[in-house]
Amino acid sequence: MSSEWPLWEVFIRGQHGLNHRHVGSLHAPSAEMAIQNARDVYTRRNEGVSIWVVRSNDITASAPSDKGPLFEPSNAKVYRHPTFFDIPDDVGHM
Amino acid sequence: MYAQMVTSEGGKARDEMTPEECAFQDRIDRGERIEPKDWMPEGYRKTLIRQIGQHAHSEVVGQLPEGNWITRAPTLERKQILLAKVQDEAGHGLYLYSAAETLGVSRDELTEMLLAGKMKYSSIFNYPTLTWADIGAVGWLVDGAAIMNQVPLQRTSYGPYARAMVRICKEESFHQRQGYSIMMTMARGTADQKAMAQDALNRFWYPSLMMFGPSDKDSVHSAQSMAWKIKINTNDELRQKFVDQTVPQARFLGLEIPDPDLVWNEEKGGYDFSQPDWSEFYEVLKGNGPCNAERMEARIEAWEDGAWVREGLMAHAEKRAAAHAAE
Repeated sequence: MSSEWPLWEVFIRGQHGLNHRHVGSLHAPSAEMAIQNARDVYTRRNEGVSIWVVRSNDITASAPSDKGPLFEPSNAKVYRHPTFFDIPDDVGHM
Repeated sequence: MYAQMVTSEGGKARDEMTPEECAFQDRIDRGERIEPKDWMPEGYRKTLIRQIGQHAHSEVVGQLPEGNWITRAPTLERKQILLAKVQDEAGHGLYLYSAAETLGVSRDELTEMLLAGKMKYSSIFNYPTLTWADIGAVGWLVDGAAIMNQVPLQRTSYGPYARAMVRICKEESFHQRQGYSIMMTMARGTADQKAMAQDALNRFWYPSLMMFGPSDKDSVHSAQSMAWKIKINTNDELRQKFVDQTVPQARFLGLEIPDPDLVWNEEKGGYDFSQPDWSEFYEVLKGNGPCNAERMEARIEAWEDGAWVREGLMAHAEKRAAAHAAE
């Protein structure tokens, strides 16, 4: 019987209140074991205060070939950046 | 290095490349990272699986010579430190296996190829650790040589591999320092202890130089891997850097590098040194080193004896999931 454990993606939140961040992956038979293993592998040096694990199979990712249609539109909308607007120096800090 | 003599596939001149292959090479030349779902030439994928797999196997097999001394460490503190180091090596193996898996090979496939002798691990781990001083020499020299190779690989073209290297390099300098700390204690100890430290250096010096692999300045495989940026420096460059860095460290310990021809070369700004016995290197790679059989036996035994645990935990998880679904 094939007993290869499923793959999990591991996300860790560090000390300073930032978002959980993807740090890597590991194999484990269950979610509980995945958390245990993630603690042993990815937080050996105080890297985190919270762990999320999610089955790799459950992640839906955008395709590299969709890069154009997905991300080009935002390139054309430069007015979304504050630097688009010229504010006279006399106005002061804004 | 941890990946020695990796055969690279591909090696096409630009005018023989398909438009896709040209675009791929351009991305690498621009310094872009290649990610798992991106298009890549089959040769790039296969070569990387071989290289990252070999690197991962080396981390895992590399636990064996050090594990040998966990129960015999001279103090409780040294024992705790060595345990932590060996645990790191298991973690390094995991990061690398995970990177290889993004290329479409499974963990079990990689393990089975190692156990069937179809994939290699670094020659260095086929040497025995006979005394406690060897644990010092391994950390200082073997991890030192590994760092030489791994630091530039943080810039390698394949994203998951580069990210694994960043993580590994952060942890690796602890390994080298703990080794050097053992050597310092022994070199400053009794005459017998100092003699043990010298003996460990004598035995590990040339095998450490072999870790970088034979000169590859004329190798087509290396040229292809360098074009793909999965190899950043030539073996000779890294070996030279290692010698130049290590000689002063040995002097500080009051130990002698076992090479009568070692001499500073002002002109090149580095040491001239003797090459290791390359016939020994090829014998070790072929499986005829002092510990090849022992290392493979240990890996096979661990894999076979652990089968019931892997299967049992999986069966348990499936049973619980089924019970949960029925609720």
